Amino acid sequence: MTELTKLNLAEARDKLVAKEITAQELTQAYVSAIEAARPLNAYVLETADKAIEMAKASDARLQKGEGGALEGVPLGIKDLFCTKDVRTTACSHILDGYVPAYESTVTANLWADGAVLLGKLNNDEFAMGSSNETSYEGAVVNPWRREGDDTQLVPGGSSGGSSAAVAAEIALATTATDTGGSIRQPAAFTGTVGLKPTYGRCSRWGVVAFASSLDQPGPITRTVRDAAVMLKSMAGFDPKDTTSVDAPVPDYETALTGDIRGLKVGIPKEYRVDGMAAEIDSLWQQGIDWLKQAGAEIVDVSLPHTKYALPAYYIVAPAEASSNLARYDGVRYGLRVDGENISDMYEQTRAAGFGDEVKRRVMVGTYVLSAGYYDAYYIKAQKVRTLIAQDFAQAYEKCDVLLTPTTPTPAFGIGEKLDDPLSMYLNDVFTVPANLAGLPGISVPAGLSANGLPLGLQLIGKTFDEETLLRAAGVLEEAAAFTAAPEAWWRA
Amino acid sequence: MTDTSNYIEGLTGSWEIVMGLEIHAQVVSNSKLFSGAPTEFGAEQNTQVSLVDAALPGMLPVINEKCVEQAVRTGLGLKAQVNLRSVFDRKNYFYPDLPQGYQISQFKDPIIGEGLVEIDLPDGSTKDVRIERLHLEQDAGKSLHDQHPSMSFVDLNRSGVALMEIVSMPDMRCAEEAQAYVKKIRAILRYLGTCDGNMEQGSMRADVNVSVRRPGEELGTRCEIKNVNSIRFIGQAIEYEARRQVEVIEDGGTITQETRLFDSKAGVTRSMRSKEEAHDYRYFPDPDLLPLVFTQEYVDAIAATLPELPDDKKARFVSDYGLSIYDAGVLVSEKVRAEFFEDVAKGRDAKMASNWVTGDFFGALNKAGLTIETSPVNAKQLGELIDLIKDDTISGRIAKDVFEIMFETGDDPAKIVDEKGLRQVTDLSAIEAAIDEVMAANPDKVQQAIEKPKMVGWFVGQVMKATSGKANPQAVNKLLAAKFPPSAED
Repeated sequence: MTELTKLNLAEARDKLVAKEITAQELTQAYVSAIEAARPLNAYVLETADKAIEMAKASDARLQKGEGGALEGVPLGIKDLFCTKDVRTTACSHILDGYVPAYESTVTANLWADGAVLLGKLNNDEFAMGSSNETSYEGAVVNPWRREGDDTQLVPGGSSGGSSAAVAAEIALATTATDTGGSIRQPAAFTGTVGLKPTYGRCSRWGVVAFASSLDQPGPITRTVRDAAVMLKSMAGFDPKDTTSVDAPVPDYETALTGDIRGLKVGIPKEYRVDGMAAEIDSLWQQGIDWLKQAGAEIVDVSLPHTKYALPAYYIVAPAEASSNLARYDGVRYGLRVDGENISDMYEQTRAAGFGDEVKRRVMVGTYVLSAGYYDAYYIKAQKVRTLIAQDFAQAYEKCDVLLTPTTPTPAFGIGEKLDDPLSMYLNDVFTVPANLAGLPGISVPAGLSANGLPLGLQLIGKTFDEETLLRAAGVLEEAAAFTAAPEAWWRA
Repeated sequence: MTDTSNYIEGLTGSWEIVMGLEIHAQVVSNSKLFSGAPTEFGAEQNTQVSLVDAALPGMLPVINEKCVEQAVRTGLGLKAQVNLRSVFDRKNYFYPDLPQGYQISQFKDPIIGEGLVEIDLPDGSTKDVRIERLHLEQDAGKSLHDQHPSMSFVDLNRSGVALMEIVSMPDMRCAEEAQAYVKKIRAILRYLGTCDGNMEQGSMRADVNVSVRRPGEELGTRCEIKNVNSIRFIGQAIEYEARRQVEVIEDGGTITQETRLFDSKAGVTRSMRSKEEAHDYRYFPDPDLLPLVFTQEYVDAIAATLPELPDDKKARFVSDYGLSIYDAGVLVSEKVRAEFFEDVAKGRDAKMASNWVTGDFFGALNKAGLTIETSPVNAKQLGELIDLIKDDTISGRIAKDVFEIMFETGDDPAKIVDEKGLRQVTDLSAIEAAIDEVMAANPDKVQQAIEKPKMVGWFVGQVMKATSGKANPQAVNKLLAAKFPPSAED
C-alpha cells in the first residue's frame, strides 16, 4: 500500500497503462492513506465511494486500452473548484452546504482524461491567505516539521490542502489556484512542485472567483514531469471563459529534454530584498550555479518596479474580490441569517458568513473603489501593473526565464503571523509580480533550511512559454536532487 | 430666436423647463447579454435563468454577439459615433433581484457616442435632440412583493437581459418635446428591429431628468424621475414635476438633487432618495470581460443592412407619393403603419390610399382600441376596397358602409358588395327610371326646382335614397341636369 503511494504521477500512469497495477488498487491505497492522515486536515471532504467507482470505470477503460492521459490517476481537488454533486464551499461558512450542479472546466478536463476524484482539499477562505489558516474548516498542518521541533507549521496558502496532500502522499497530484502565489508559495513550504500557468491558459469557469484578473488554476505535484502531465490535461481554451486564450496546448512532457544549453536565465537584482534569510540567498546562488553548470547563460536583469508590486496587488485583488463576493448575500444559496429587513439580512449573513481576512479584504476593496479614492488607489495600482508588465517585457529582451527564490522564508508556525496581516502579505513578495503580469511561474523544491524545512526556487517564464519554463524547472529539479521527505508523524 | 411659448408662468415670472432623458430599451435578441438563457416575455417565473444569471459561484459572463450587433445598429440609426473599442464595467450595489451584486454596464467607454435625433412636434415642425451616448447593460430581475404575507419573492427571468441605455442631452423644453422624443426613439428602434418598444411590458422605460430655470440663465438643479413607463405618464410626470419645482423655488426653497418616482394613480412625483443617500456604485472595469473591440468593416457590414428609417421614409412618401408632410409623418411614425400604407398604396392612387389609411382605418382602430396587428381588416382588403371605388363598382359613400362591415366581420369587400347587393347602378335607363319616379311622386318639388335650379340637389338625394345609394352619383347629376336645364338668366 505505501509502495503504491510512493509512485509519482508519471510512474503510476505508466504502470496503469502497462496493467502492472490497477486504478482500484491505487485508489484504495490513497483512500487508506487519506484516512490515516486526517490530523493534517488537508481534505475537507473525502469522496472515497466516488473514487472507487471512478477507479472501477478507469480500470474497465484501461483494460480495453482506451484510457485517457490520466486514466486511473487519483487526484485531490482544491475546494475552490466547483465539482458537480460534490459539496464545494471555498472553505467559507457563507457557502455552507453548497452543492454545485455543474463541474468546473478544469476538473471536467481532468475527469475526461480519466482522473479519479479523491476529495476536496482545504484552502484559505475564498483563497484569501498565505497560510491556510483563514479556512472555515480549520488550518491545515504542514507534514513537514523543523528538525527536533514538534511545532505545527503552516503548509502555505491559499492552496495549503493541495500542497500538504502532495507532500504527505495522500494524493498523486492536486489542483490549486494562484492569485498572488497561492500555488507556488505552498509548494515551496512543502517540498513540492507548484506550477502557475500563464493567465488564460486554464479556464476559470467554475472556479470560485477571488480576483478575476489574477486567478489562475494550476497543479501541485511531486515532480516537474507530473506538473507537465497535469497541465496538459487542465489547460485549453474555454468559450465559457472569455479570458481564456485560444492557443493550442502543447505536449509539455516532451518539452522536458533536460537540455538548457544556451538558455538565458535572468537574475532580477530587485529580488534581493531586505531581511531575506541568508540561507534563501545562498540557495538562490546555488540555483544560479546549477543552471550555469547545465549550460545556461546567466544574465543580470532589472525589474525596477518590483517594490510596488505587493502594494498594487493588495489594491487590485481586494477591489475585485469585494465585487466578486457581493453575490454571497444569503438570497439564493449558502448561508442565510434572517434579519429585520433585507439590509439587515445582508449584514447578518455576511457578518456571520465571512471570516476576518475576507472581511478585511472586502473592506479594503470597497474602500479603494469608492468615489474619491478610485483614482488614487485603483487607477494608480493598474498603472503600476502596466509598469511591472513592461519591466518583464524588457527583461525578456535579454533572457528566456527568470530565476528567483519562491519565498523569503521557509514555513512558519501556525498562529505565528495570523495577527500580523502585513507580515503575512510579505510571503507573496516574490510571487505576486508574475500574477500582475500574467506570466507563468513554477516553484521547484531546491533544498532544506538550516532547521530542515524545504525551500523552493521560482522560475518565471514568458507568456505562454510553459515549455521553456518546465524544461528549465526539470533541469533545476535534477540538479537539486531533492529527495527529502517529511516523517509520517501524522499516522497514528 | 427664443421660443417662449413653452414657458411656465409662475407667480414671479416665466420659467423654462429643461429636460434630458435616459431611455432603457430591451434589446431584441434570443438570449441574454452574457448568457444563453432565453429572453421571451411572460414565461413562467424563474424558468429562463442560466447558471450565470443566478450568479452561482464560479460563473463567468460571455458577451452575446447579437446584442453587440443590435447596439451598433441602433447607434447607426441614431446617426451616432460607433466606438470600435468599449469597456464593460461593474456597477456595484446590493439588491435581491441583482444576483451578482453588481450590474455589468458600460461607464467610461460606451459602445456608442454622440448622435442626433430629429423629433416631430405636434404642430408639424421638427427639432434636433442630441444623443450623448448609448451603452449596453444587464437588466435586473424582478422583486415580487405581493406573493406572500411576510416575504418577497424574486423572479430572475429578466436578470441579465440586454438593455440599451440611450442618454440624451438636456435639449428638451416641454413635455410634448419629451414625448415626441420618446416616440421618435421608439419608432427608430422598431424600424431597426433592435427593441420592440412595448412600454406596457416594460421593454422600454424612461428616466426623465427635469430642472427649471429663468429663461437664459444657468441650468437649475435637476431631479430624476425614474422608470416612467408610458408616453402619457411621461407628459404628466414632467408637468407635475416642473410645476412642483417652480412652486418650491418661488416659495423661497431650493431644489435638491434627488431621485423621484412617478405615482401614476395620484399623478404626482415622490422623493425616492436624495443625493446623500445615492449609492456609490464603485464602477470599475469588469475583469471577467476583455474590452469589446471590433473593426470598422464590421460596422460597415451592419450599416449596409440598415432599413429605411422614419425620416428618410417620410421624405420619400412626400416626394414619391405626393403626400402632405403631415400625413407622411403620421404614416411613418410607426413602422407597421408605413408598411400597411405602402401595401395599400401599391399600384393604386397613393393619396386615396393615404386618406383611407389615416382616416377611416386609423379612426376605426382607435375607436375599437385595436392596433394594426390586431386589425380585422388587412392591407390587401383595404386595397381591394379602393379598387372597387376606382372601377366604379361602388361609390365612395357606399365604400364607407362597406368598410364598416369589413371592420365588423373581417370579410373581403367584394363579398360584402355582392352579398348586400351594393354594386353601383351605372345603367342610365335604370337611373332615369328612378328619377322619373321621384319626379312623378313630387310634382311640387319639380315646380320648385324649375324655378330654383339649386333645388336639384334635393332630387339627387331622393334618387340616391330610392336606389339605396347604389346609383352612380355622377350619372344621377348628369341626368338631372338634363331634366332641369339652367334658366337663361343664370
